[in-house]
Amino acid sequence: MLQFKDVDYTYYTLDGETAALKGLNMSVERGQFVSVIGPSGCGKTTILSLAAGLLQPTGGEIVRAGDGTGYMLQRDALFPWRTVEENIFLPLEINGRKSAQSRQRAIALAEKYGLGNFLKKKPPELSGGMRQRVALIRTLAAGAELLLLDEPFSALDYQTRLEVCDDVQAIIKSEKKTALLVTHDISEAIALSDRVTVLSARPARVVAEHCITFGDGTPKSRRNSGEFAAMFEKLRGELGI
Amino acid sequence: MKKQIQSKGHALFIRGVKRKKILIWSVRLGLLAALLGLWELCAATELIDPFITSSPSRVAATAAELYRGGNLFYHIGITLMETITGFFAAVVCGYAIAVALWLSDGARKIFEPYIVVLNALPKIALGPLIIIWMGTGYTAIIFMTVIVSIIVCIMNTLTGFLQVDATMLTLMRALGASKRQTLTKLVIPASLPQLMNTLKVAVGLAWIGSIMGEYIVSRAGLGYLIVYGGQVFRLDLVMTATIILCALAGAMYAAVALVERAVVK
Repeated sequence: MLQFKDVDYTYYTLDGETAALKGLNMSVERGQFVSVIGPSGCGKTTILSLAAGLLQPTGGEIVRAGDGTGYMLQRDALFPWRTVEENIFLPLEINGRKSAQSRQRAIALAEKYGLGNFLKKKPPELSGGMRQRVALIRTLAAGAELLLLDEPFSALDYQTRLEVCDDVQAIIKSEKKTALLVTHDISEAIALSDRVTVLSARPARVVAEHCITFGDGTPKSRRNSGEFAAMFEKLRGELGI
Repeated sequence: MKKQIQSKGHALFIRGVKRKKILIWSVRLGLLAALLGLWELCAATELIDPFITSSPSRVAATAAELYRGGNLFYHIGITLMETITGFFAAVVCGYAIAVALWLSDGARKIFEPYIVVLNALPKIALGPLIIIWMGTGYTAIIFMTVIVSIIVCIMNTLTGFLQVDATMLTLMRALGASKRQTLTKLVIPASLPQLMNTLKVAVGLAWIGSIMGEYIVSRAGLGYLIVYGGQVFRLDLVMTATIILCALAGAMYAAVALVERAVVK
């Protein structure tokens, strides 16, 4: 679905250059939920920008299977002057695919995930968790197969965060989408993912990769599992904190 | 929002808020009445010289006299026309230029120093040039109104455009939006409150422009009455025109505030 082959990325400024990624190799298989964790400022967001095609690698190659990618950001970025429904239609408008059919599909999706009563409301009337759900539906309605998640829960308070985290994972799984999440939250990565990739400090390269198989696949069962703490410690060790 | 009275405590609270509002309005109007009264009293008792300071009754008499001569609304109309035309021209052109500068980073950087210099330049210095270029009719005054207000329109609008949330801009980029889509779907609606602020500032500047223009060159208008009244030492006329000007400027600001309330909810 997505493959990074020896990818380098260097930022240039007047004061010099910063290598964010050097020889990065990683891949995401279709239907997988992959998390990337690493120390702050190690270039996690750069990886997503490269995957989304917003940046071009300065070296190496990125292979993307044809399907669309959707980007979910740290904040929901819902437009407050548009209703929930109009926010969900935004990607369709931009791609010029705002047909009655595509709109209906978007609305059906929103209704399926409990947004039916909120369609005519404006984002400021919604709770933080609900807004993040709208943002996810907006991404899905655009027809994205690969979802790129840039710490989408970091702006939420702890309780909402757990809720939304479960919520988003369940929706992504039930829609059979592929996801690449970057985060600095170890427990979030363990709870959500099929695979966790650990990055080093800048310039980032892969330190370790772990397939996570315990639990029944829901974040809740992961957190309640006896193996959670051991995995947490292991990842912590690899991050060097 | 409909106000629904929920309980006895709520009813009391609403009454308190209303009372306070009434109190503030009565003091406001009372203050105005007191100032006018004091002015009239001092003038009537010759504590101040009404020939120099005029007085409310003399202002009213002058306004009535202008009205009878058919000149009152003529002068008001001329000044209003100049101000409003200049205001709209400045806002529309300023907005268009801001859009152009937003669309092109290069253009923005190239024109930035020019805009800064034009902003700092006291526009009245251009007075003689404007008279020679545009003649002594109201075109010159409208032009003065435009140049006084347009620079601030450009700068304020552009600032609003550039303050658009970075996350939202990234979202548009990730969705593959063109620059034009980003402008119409994100930047323009997001900067609407800033546009309303710009309109408020521009109202004040448009009045400065039109009155300043009339000071330099005019045969009619409130600014003309003020200058003329000063030259022939008819201070009643100066005061009358000034007070009408206060009322008109206040009304125009209120109109913009109403538009703002309707647009930004």
